Amino acid sequence: MDQTEKHSILKTINLDIGYSNKTEKTIIAEAINIEVNEGELVAVIGVNGVGKSTFLRTLSGVQDALKGEVLVKNEKIQHIDPLDLAALVSLVLTEQPISKNLSVFELVALGRQPYTNWIGRLSKNDLRQIKKSLQNVGIEDLQNKKCYELSDGQLQKVLIARAIAQNTPLVILDEPTTHLDLYHKAYVLKLLKKLTRKTNKAIVFASHEINLAIQLCDKIILMQDKKITTGSPKELLDSGAFSTVFPKGLIVFDEESASFKINP
Amino acid sequence: MLQSQKYVLPLLLLFFGVIFLGFLNISLGSVNIPFKDVFASIFNLEVSKETWRYIIVEYRLPKAITAIITGSGLAISGLLMQTLFRNPLAGPYVLGLSSGASLGVAIVIMGASVFGGAFAGILLSKWSLVIASSLGSLLVLIAVMLASLRLRDTMAILIIGLMFASLTAAVVSVLSYFSPAAQLQQYVFWSFGSLGDLSWNEVGILAMFWFVGIILAISCIKNLNTLLLGEQYAKSLGVSIQRNRLIIIIATSLLAGSITAFAGPIAFVGLAVPHLIRQIIPVNNHSILVPAVILGGAALMLICDIAAQMPGQEYTLPINAITSLIGAPVVIWLLVRKRKFLF
Repeated sequence: MDQTEKHSILKTINLDIGYSNKTEKTIIAEAINIEVNEGELVAVIGVNGVGKSTFLRTLSGVQDALKGEVLVKNEKIQHIDPLDLAALVSLVLTEQPISKNLSVFELVALGRQPYTNWIGRLSKNDLRQIKKSLQNVGIEDLQNKKCYELSDGQLQKVLIARAIAQNTPLVILDEPTTHLDLYHKAYVLKLLKKLTRKTNKAIVFASHEINLAIQLCDKIILMQDKKITTGSPKELLDSGAFSTVFPKGLIVFDEESASFKINP
Repeated sequence: MLQSQKYVLPLLLLFFGVIFLGFLNISLGSVNIPFKDVFASIFNLEVSKETWRYIIVEYRLPKAITAIITGSGLAISGLLMQTLFRNPLAGPYVLGLSSGASLGVAIVIMGASVFGGAFAGILLSKWSLVIASSLGSLLVLIAVMLASLRLRDTMAILIIGLMFASLTAAVVSVLSYFSPAAQLQQYVFWSFGSLGDLSWNEVGILAMFWFVGIILAISCIKNLNTLLLGEQYAKSLGVSIQRNRLIIIIATSLLAGSITAFAGPIAFVGLAVPHLIRQIIPVNNHSILVPAVILGGAALMLICDIAAQMPGQEYTLPINAITSLIGAPVVIWLLVRKRKFLF
């Protein structure tokens, strides 16, 4: 641990998430209190349908909270101007209807939108930032390709590069490892880890890769039916929190190897 | 920056292409007028025959300008719809705006005879056509907009547009069944589309609507680029989705509504031009796409109008048929040849 004080980037106070319409409220998770500091890699882990995406959408301000507060850099998220928020939080979402006709360069350049003039003209600084994020993610050689020519793994890297180009202290990724093979899953998560160390960004991502997350992350947010546990992988291991993630029987958590195994 | 410089040359070529086609359009027609006299009439110089000057200034010039306005306006509303709905098949026609306008016109022309009496006299002026047509597309626009506020799904909005098209078609066929031959013929002629018979006055009004629509389109160039990523990304980049959706829909309805009112329902231009331009200039940045599509739409419409004229002949073919004859094969060619149809 370094000696400098860690700055809080993201904090929630008694946050309730879910959906509401005129007649009823559907609460997905209640009383969430988490804190993410700069330079931290944080995984949000939970079974399908537990509300990871809703949680991340609420954290990024795309969706409103039912109750409680989301603080970005100690300021309430609903009080931040949308353009200022775009300079604080960037998103990587999967399965969005992105125009696949965009070239890699064009897509990454769209990360600079909050900073460009009314017609979206790229300044020298914008071009430098785009080049840097292409380098950081290691996809410079792809920049003239069209998105429909890319593999899933390459597209994921391009989307991450776009978020990096947005140059925000906080990056939120929703399941960046879906559709990827084991090698690319590990590659993408390792890349995220490298980025937190190199750029001091805080990165929060939802994933099903518990085994990889335990090895790589600084902090894990464990979402279970309306209950949320937070801590470093070691703290969660010590408290035995992982043993209740999945329904009993099929999969068991092997304390020795700190990974999940199929019950023989 | 470095990106836009690369496309200055094709844009310039397109611009000169439009100017060339404009001159060609004016100089060709059922009456043969020498090039020298065409120039002379446009620039108000000595013309050999006064009737030639009259033909050029009062007939061919407004027609060429109408062609440029309709082509560019429809093409831009096609581009706006394709980006807004992230659907390569979107366009003013698909969204039901043209159908709404047709319904307005059908009610005025054929409804007048059905309702009969003194009512008919008031209804049958040229102005009432324009007003009814604009109201018709505005009506569909408001319905689509209400739907878009309730439904987040852009696909559902397109389907609502299609439903409006079949609804209006049904109402029109009921009206045609009951209306006398003369009115039916009048409606059918309007639905063929026509760039001619517009006075300078009417061209002026059309140009005004066009100008407002184009300015609105230009004002959201940057946000159009962001919309290529989808609405959630756009929101995370600080773009107000609701406001932009509203501006884009207003721009489209102004363009499509006024053009349909004056020139009839013209198919395929809105759908085909953005795709053709993407073949020539492979770029998605709307700061290049918007001017390119404006010029491309104008050029295509001038070509269609030249073809409809059948130079040297007395006949003029319906412009709507020509745009479909050229537009439909282009769309099929794009699908078969490129095997991908992207927005």
